Amino acid sequence: MLKHSVATALLAAGLLLGNHAAAQDTMAMPNQSAAMAASAPRDPALKPVFEEFGGKPGLVSLVNDFMDNLMADPVTHPFFANVDREHVKKELVDQFCVILDGPCTYTGRDMASVHKGMGVNRADFNALVEDLQKAMNQHKIPFRAQNKLLAKLAPMHKVIITKK
Amino acid sequence: MHKHRMSRAIALGGLALAGALVSLAAAADDGSSGAPANVSGKLLLTGGVSEIGGAAGGGLTPWAVIGGYGTNDQIGANAFYTRVNTQDYHLDDAGVMVGLYNRVEVSFAQQRFDTEKVGGLLGLGNGFTFKQNVIGVKVRLFGDAVLDQDSWMPQVSVGMQYKKNNQDAVVKYVGAKRSQGTDYYISATKLFLSQSLLLDATVRFTKANQLGILGFGGDKNNSYQAEFEGSAAYLLSRNWAIGAEYRQKPDNLGIAREDNWYDAFVAWAPTKHVSLTLAYANLGNIVIKDNQHGLYASVQVGF
Ligand code: HEM
Repeated sequence: MLKHSVATALLAAGLLLGNHAAAQDTMAMPNQSAAMAASAPRDPALKPVFEEFGGKPGLVSLVNDFMDNLMADPVTHPFFANVDREHVKKELVDQFCVILDGPCTYTGRDMASVHKGMGVNRADFNALVEDLQKAMNQHKIPFRAQNKLLAKLAPMHKVIITKK
Repeated sequence: MHKHRMSRAIALGGLALAGALVSLAAAADDGSSGAPANVSGKLLLTGGVSEIGGAAGGGLTPWAVIGGYGTNDQIGANAFYTRVNTQDYHLDDAGVMVGLYNRVEVSFAQQRFDTEKVGGLLGLGNGFTFKQNVIGVKVRLFGDAVLDQDSWMPQVSVGMQYKKNNQDAVVKYVGAKRSQGTDYYISATKLFLSQSLLLDATVRFTKANQLGILGFGGDKNNSYQAEFEGSAAYLLSRNWAIGAEYRQKPDNLGIAREDNWYDAFVAWAPTKHVSLTLAYANLGNIVIKDNQHGLYASVQVGF
């Protein structure tokens, strides 16, 4: 029946798209440890997205506003109040830059060790993601480009969220 | 006639109230615009809207997501009002839902299906209305539709909906075996964030005739049947999504053919506390009226 095939085709199309994305994830850098690679998974397919973020200068100013949002957000504020925020910002810029296949190297620690013992829960995690979304909106980064970066960051919840 | 007008008035009142709630919630969020306040933990529009039976999902079909914007250590809740208007009928549908710790969802909905003039033609009286209560429970089995972007694994939930119709004699007269019944379903939902696309596939085991409005089971068939339901939503921004849905339905009654349903929708969530969904729904044949289609409007408020 036509009705049927339309629904099936829609689903199949979506699944194929998803598969394509998943395949790209496996192209991690071979000369890094698994944990480091998972912390900043470079994806050559995201080069155009790097441009949409305004290259490295774009990322620097984005992360500035991101940190401002984190400090203004009552959920995330307590986590960042007493850390070296300038340092965290630098690491975040490098991390995003590597993921988007920019000319950078991530020299920070891996995500599991950084966030160990912080007691981050899911609401904290989502709050941080929203603060990032807000910053990306402030910078007029196209929604689809935003989602490409977020899709790389979201799986990190597995090692960052330690309080269930 | 008079009764008919009354229910229109109530429906309009309901919409107006919902509108007021919408603007209230929007205003409340504006107040704190500088400092983003996160009263609840889930991401915008990822919780779906309210399915016609009260579960979190698309408009016509449940999703595997747990309703409300609560997370693992939070409780979330929603209330919704939905109105569907076709050429010859209308449906008013209202309900509440509570999501517990991103694991269990409990919902209640009441559907009022007004037969307008068709009721008169059938000898039931103009504006004859079927009322059905739906109690739903959904449990998330595994997976994370939103965050697990590095794997294929969808979020999977199972659920049931117990439905009780208040027109026992009428539904039996048209050939249904019972005026109450239970649907069981399994849903798989996945957000493909890189594509800004959310997909759901649901299989429902049901005996319900037209949701249960015409009872359960029938002269043509009286056993559970597996029906496919699906939604595809494309996220346009944090606040807007468009999509389409499909719901396969049984065809148990000899007196009238029952068709599968479709809709195309646009959903808007200005804040986490409110969403509005507008859809164009195609509901096919309903009793003696063929090719029923029209507007589906739904508002949801929650936290
Ligand atoms: C996908 C989500 C996240 C990413 C990509 C991320 C990334 C990073 C990076 C790159 C660093 C710097 C690492 C270094 O100094 O070597 C960092 C540090 C930090 N992160 Fe996260 N993070 C995420 C989620 C969170 C969440 C949800 C919280 C808490 C709400 C959080 C709190 C912190 C804090 C407090 C530090 C500073 C640690 C210190 O300097 O001692 N992070 N994060």
